[in-house]
Amino acid sequence: MGKLQDKVAVITGGVSGIGAATARLFVSEGAKVVLVDLNEEKGKAFEAELKTLNAEALFIKADITSEEQVQHVFSQAVSTFGHVDVVFNNAGIGVTKATEEITFAEWRKTVGVDLDGVFLVAHSALKQFLKNGGGVLVNTASMYGWVGAPGNAAYNAAKGGVINLTRSLGLEYADRNIRVNALCPGFIDTPIIPEEVKKDLGAITPMKRLGKAEEMAKAVLFMACDDSSFMTGNTLTVDGGFTAQ
Amino acid sequence: MSNRFDGKVVLITGAGSGLGQASALQVAKEGAKLSLVDLNAASLEETKRKVLEAAPNAEVLLITANVADEKAVENYVKETVEEYGKIDGFFNNAGIEGKQNLTEDFGSDEFQKVVGVNLNGVFYGLKHVLKVMREQGFGSIVNTASVGGIRGVGNQSGYSASKHGVVGLTRNSGIEYGQYGISIKAIAPGAIMTPMVEGSLKQMDPDNWEEVGKQFVQPNPMKRFGKPEEVGYLVAFLLSDQANFINAAVVPIDGGQSYKY
Repeated sequence: MGKLQDKVAVITGGVSGIGAATARLFVSEGAKVVLVDLNEEKGKAFEAELKTLNAEALFIKADITSEEQVQHVFSQAVSTFGHVDVVFNNAGIGVTKATEEITFAEWRKTVGVDLDGVFLVAHSALKQFLKNGGGVLVNTASMYGWVGAPGNAAYNAAKGGVINLTRSLGLEYADRNIRVNALCPGFIDTPIIPEEVKKDLGAITPMKRLGKAEEMAKAVLFMACDDSSFMTGNTLTVDGGFTAQ
Repeated sequence: MSNRFDGKVVLITGAGSGLGQASALQVAKEGAKLSLVDLNAASLEETKRKVLEAAPNAEVLLITANVADEKAVENYVKETVEEYGKIDGFFNNAGIEGKQNLTEDFGSDEFQKVVGVNLNGVFYGLKHVLKVMREQGFGSIVNTASVGGIRGVGNQSGYSASKHGVVGLTRNSGIEYGQYGISIKAIAPGAIMTPMVEGSLKQMDPDNWEEVGKQFVQPNPMKRFGKPEEVGYLVAFLLSDQANFINAAVVPIDGGQSYKY
């Protein structure tokens, strides 16, 4: 009996990095997964891969900055699996550039995915959970929501927003059987970090290494399952100690 | 994932009741060998009885010790290593609340007493267990802080100072020992219905403490007390290999209370 036996989990940014590692762990714990991503080719391949493991998986191509497309994800998830119990609100992008060089369009694109998109997914998730009588939302924030990093103004602002959005939603829905928590990853060995800086980022982390996507998945699983039943409006920082420095 | 602690040795202080007992039960169900420490020998026997009920094959070592006494701490670490040869997980948990009072009336002796258990005791535990873990090259530690170690609660000078201190120790030592493959975290429990919290409610109103408890928990976003076993799930997760990259971090478990407006 898995920790998410027969639960239906929607995972945005679900075909690579932390999202894909989480999808793999969730299906191994008995969940049915709905994978949401912009990359259709990778998404269909990942859906097929999970199905070969006898998992129930459904890929849906969607842009989380479109309210209509996000609503479609939830209606399709419900029409396919009957309910949605867990939402891993994980899709995100980054732009690293000196702030004076950044265009307003680049700012809006980053904040559009990392904060507006996270809100839209949360918004649809909460409506669905209220119909269900409950549910669990896990947002991907970042340790860059706790600390400033030069050249990351938009990402810092959006991820800081996700942390306090998580607190706000956690408190608002705490007495309606809906829990909302956030994962704050540190430097993780995923495609979002350029190869040439990985060694240096490992060296400045107190554990002297990068985190692994699978380690993030384990933290997400803990927040998504009943083992964290008294935790809401909360953040789980998984950064090897970086932000304690 | 049901046996995260097969072959693992877990050392727990304050194991005779509350969070320590609940965590002992959880890790024992998942295969851990236990070394259980408490000041109260009878309460340890009670925990052992419950552990063997839940996990009949569990190995259980009981050690009576006052964690405020460094010699006693050195001894419980030594006995644990002599018995099992290693320490995989350490739940550095023993704590007391102290008498509630305004700061001016709190009493210097009372302050010393609370800090002696909650802060000195946690430091001694770290000092002696980390030496063992550094030599063996692995280990996970969970210190018990509190929501009172993150925010002000009132009438609890000693408790608040000591629990804020536990947060500081966790960050400090986590930074030092991460490079050796050791992770150190703190939990910050809020309103969990343990014998300590029951005692606290009885300080507020001995005759009517259950009603006081109901009112006390109303401002909590979840509008209920947490259960010790809910903390046991968190402690088991944090002590297991699932949480190796969580280091120098403080994890509230409080129904949302710590970041309430």
